[in-house]
Amino acid sequence: MHQPLVFDIKRYCINDGPGIRITIFFKGCPLSCHWCHNPESISPKVEKLYTVGRCIHCNACVYVCPEKACDLTNGGIVTDPDLCTLCGKCADICPTRAIEMSGRPYSVHELLLEIEKEVPFFDSSGGGVTFSGGEPLLHPEFLIAILDECGEHGIHRAVDTYGCVAREVLLEVARHTDLFLYDLKLMDPERHRQWTGVSNEKILANLVALAETAVEIQIRVPLIAGVNDDEANITAMADFIAALPGGPRPLSLLPYHGIAAGKHAKLGRIYDEQGLAEPSPQDIGRVSAIFAARGIRVSIGG
Amino acid sequence: MATPINSTDKPQRQAAAEGNFYTEKPGQLGPGMNPRIQRLRKLSVDTEPSLSIERALHETAFYRENYGKYSIPVLRSLNFLDHCEKKTLYLGDDELIVGERGPAPKVVPTFPELTCHSVEDFEVLNTRDQQRYTISEDDIATYAREVIPYWQGRTVRERIFGHVPQEWQAAYEAGLFTEFMEQRAPGHTALDGKIYRTGMLDFKQRIAEKIAALDYLNDPEATDKFEELKAMDISCDAVILFAERHAELAEEKAATENDPQRAAELSTIAEVCRRVPAHAPRTFHEAIQMYWFVHLGTITELNGWDAMNPGHFDQHLAPFYAAEIKAGTLTREQAKELISCFWIKVNNHPAPPKVGITARESGTYNDFTNINIGGITADGRDGVSEVSYIMLEVIEELHILQPGNSVHISAKTPDRFLNAACRVIRQGHGYPSIFNPDVYVLELMRQGKSLRDAREGGCSGCIEVGAFGKEAYILTGYLNVPKVFEVTLNNGIDPVTGKIAGIATGDPCSFNSYEELYQAFLKQLNFIVDTKVRVSNYIDRMFAKYAPAPFLSVVIEDCIEKGKDYYDGGPRYNTNYIQCTGLGTVTDSLSALKTHVFEQQTFTMERVLDAVAKDFAGEEFLRQTIVNKTPFFGNDDEAADAIAGRVYQDLLAAIEGQPNVKGECFHLNMLSTTCHIYFGKVLGATPNGRFAGKSISDGTSPSHGADTNGPPAVIRSLSKLDQTMSGGTLLNLRFLPSLLKRDEDIAKLGQLVRSYFTLGGHHIQFNIVDTATLRAAQCSPEDYKDLLVRMAGYSDYFNDMNNDLQQEIIERTQNEEL
Repeated sequence: MHQPLVFDIKRYCINDGPGIRITIFFKGCPLSCHWCHNPESISPKVEKLYTVGRCIHCNACVYVCPEKACDLTNGGIVTDPDLCTLCGKCADICPTRAIEMSGRPYSVHELLLEIEKEVPFFDSSGGGVTFSGGEPLLHPEFLIAILDECGEHGIHRAVDTYGCVAREVLLEVARHTDLFLYDLKLMDPERHRQWTGVSNEKILANLVALAETAVEIQIRVPLIAGVNDDEANITAMADFIAALPGGPRPLSLLPYHGIAAGKHAKLGRIYDEQGLAEPSPQDIGRVSAIFAARGIRVSIGG
Repeated sequence: MATPINSTDKPQRQAAAEGNFYTEKPGQLGPGMNPRIQRLRKLSVDTEPSLSIERALHETAFYRENYGKYSIPVLRSLNFLDHCEKKTLYLGDDELIVGERGPAPKVVPTFPELTCHSVEDFEVLNTRDQQRYTISEDDIATYAREVIPYWQGRTVRERIFGHVPQEWQAAYEAGLFTEFMEQRAPGHTALDGKIYRTGMLDFKQRIAEKIAALDYLNDPEATDKFEELKAMDISCDAVILFAERHAELAEEKAATENDPQRAAELSTIAEVCRRVPAHAPRTFHEAIQMYWFVHLGTITELNGWDAMNPGHFDQHLAPFYAAEIKAGTLTREQAKELISCFWIKVNNHPAPPKVGITARESGTYNDFTNINIGGITADGRDGVSEVSYIMLEVIEELHILQPGNSVHISAKTPDRFLNAACRVIRQGHGYPSIFNPDVYVLELMRQGKSLRDAREGGCSGCIEVGAFGKEAYILTGYLNVPKVFEVTLNNGIDPVTGKIAGIATGDPCSFNSYEELYQAFLKQLNFIVDTKVRVSNYIDRMFAKYAPAPFLSVVIEDCIEKGKDYYDGGPRYNTNYIQCTGLGTVTDSLSALKTHVFEQQTFTMERVLDAVAKDFAGEEFLRQTIVNKTPFFGNDDEAADAIAGRVYQDLLAAIEGQPNVKGECFHLNMLSTTCHIYFGKVLGATPNGRFAGKSISDGTSPSHGADTNGPPAVIRSLSKLDQTMSGGTLLNLRFLPSLLKRDEDIAKLGQLVRSYFTLGGHHIQFNIVDTATLRAAQCSPEDYKDLLVRMAGYSDYFNDMNNDLQQEIIERTQNEEL
């Protein structure tokens, strides 16, 4: 079976579904949202991360690299992407973890062992596992296998999706899942394409299809001032959710924060925060009221 | 109160260091449920601790006059009676609960019979930056004239240090262990419920019966028992007299009081003080005052460390509360006011000042009275009552250092109580700490306590457990386990001083395997523990013979029955503890050498030891490699956790079962209090990458910043230790306030606690980090690798963020601070 790359496993997650959870982050995403706070999640391949603040300029990576791809400059280590084969020898020798390779394959069994360690915390809190990313639905065969294993072990399963996948995949995964965390961003297809790189038609149609099944759904909306907090967008979204088959589903507003920018630098990218701003408490209140007026239960922050 | 000298030369008092967690606002009295409590609290926190020489003067005069006329126990009790008869009383304007150990709040007496402070000691205490105790030049001069000459050469401390063998002295000075009893009496005492059913007159009756039944024909100890019982009887009279004097004072004040309401209060105080402690209390007010007189009696008779502890105070008060609420003679508000008054009373009593090494390791005003709230009752039911909730409210409101407090969460404890406690924790003062009765009952039963006595037990001081009201569990001192390892790596020499501190266990560079290294460490460990135990046993006998505690013996089960003192095996159970510190540091150091020298051979032993000797100067590559690429304790990593488990088992093997002088034995607990800071200061760099002089890990917590896999991984690592074999473990976890924003986050914190306790955890405490901590983390990121930032859909470690973003987190934290 194809083993997808996992770029992070976080414990004591308290914002990704009920109870105390473990969240598994898969690499690979069909969207490229402008505000993405996990930029290493977008590419499905192994990536080299470099944290300049940790580097002690010991030159060990420069010496060890078989391709001579690393170079120590005034700004720290620079890697020549044309020479680098992502072999990871630099990360192995790096004493400070300034260089890390993001993404490692897990077998279903390995991943299950990690998840099972958390059972005492699930038991006391009603928690479980959340598969996130990236887009976990890009790996349906693997995802269904691990969901089934978790189900057999009595572990509550949540899948955090952007919904931009084939409908049959989504509905099949739904048969093995207890809770969907379904992300919505913008209602206008053009604006959606502008900010995320893809249109939203499939995402919206998939949510309607998912709402026709019995699976529990929680909608998650990242709220970014100046991008999607306008009256028109929020009203359209509220109308859409209110009209879902089976009635409106509860919604969490995830207020945008500029804290994620540091991760872009690790990938050697510049983060352009232009046009993105944190919503004020007033904005959050105003938006919540629009949803609440249509009978949608709103919570702030997961 | 005496006027302090040179007050202008002294540094500013540090409010938070003295436990005033409340930021003063101009024109306001500060926290408290009503103006009375606000004024009492303000007086307590505003008053700087000072010293009173009154007790020492009374005692010196009494000893000069009477030493040699009586047996030692009787001499001690007559000395106590004499002081209770003469001491200056204090009855403050707003007080409902009365009585001070010194002549006024925050005034601390000295105990020259144990440790006689020198003029130089007083000068230091008077002017040092932290934990200052002021004293006037006049008082110092009087002390030099009246007190010091008499006690010179006669104090318990001098007699101990005159006796100790050279190897003990060497190890003690190297900082391999501390000795609690060298200048303070063994304390760590908590009470059960007997004083709420039994007055001092009832105790006197029981004592008289025991005296009448003494068998001088067949019992060779009958004479000693008579002297001890007589001393107990006199000490009961002393506390009754002390209370009567307060009753008289209250009546005098009532007679001249113009405010009718206050006059009525004073009359009530007089009535209460006439009733208790002579008789058992009948009301909620009397019950609290009863305990307070017993508390004052024990901390005046001697300076036991920790002070004194009411044990399960909410459980003891609950029947009085319920009866009076039902009868309509007490309101919830009145009960809360009385509890607030009691809380402030405890805060009025800073620890007696320490000197020498003990002052270095325990630099705090805290005298470690720890109120146990919740838990289970002696017959195994849930112990939470309305009084428990009132106490949490008082803690939340008052923001003071003392008394310490803990909540006890068994499987039977309702979530409502746990969540109420977590909300108080959210305030970020580190209180209350959380204990697991389901585990400590097993710990106590493993040590031989009956089920009922174990259930009535709990923690006193920090995390150590005992059978309340029935046990002398003597903490004999901390063991610096990483220092034992350091001395091993230096073949018996302390590299910090170059002096011999242990025994030769071989040159580590000659070791061919990790096992050889480990066996050398074990040999050193056993030598050091044996050295310590020998002297602790000697000191124990010194107290039994020369500084008995007849009043304390009255209130501890079986002392009257046996006719024996608290320090002489009188209590039903008699335990000695050695508190082991630095499990994380020693585990990580062993793991570093195992991984990098013996397994992966990244570095040679010579190179690592050389780097450690140089405090890693020029060896940043080596140090960083060790810090970042070694399995460390607290990450649910089997390799590291196996080392920790083995060290823990071997500490148990070294300590457990060593005989004490009371026919019972030593046990281990894993406590550090503030000693991990002192132990770090006397320790060179360690192979886990820790720099010389920095703190070692506290209790059973991971080394600072070594745990990078989140709280569940820490908990799983800790749960691999069989904690029921100890007399207490300690886990500190740091949390950012953003993890505790919403009600559901608070519930999840409680669920995390439940998980740990299901897995066998003894204790957990949360430090909710403030902006100052985050700024410290920016300066030394390595020590703060565990700081998790969790926000919706995003999580990271604080360390991994760049400077701007860290700044943003600091600002957010500031906004979230109360």
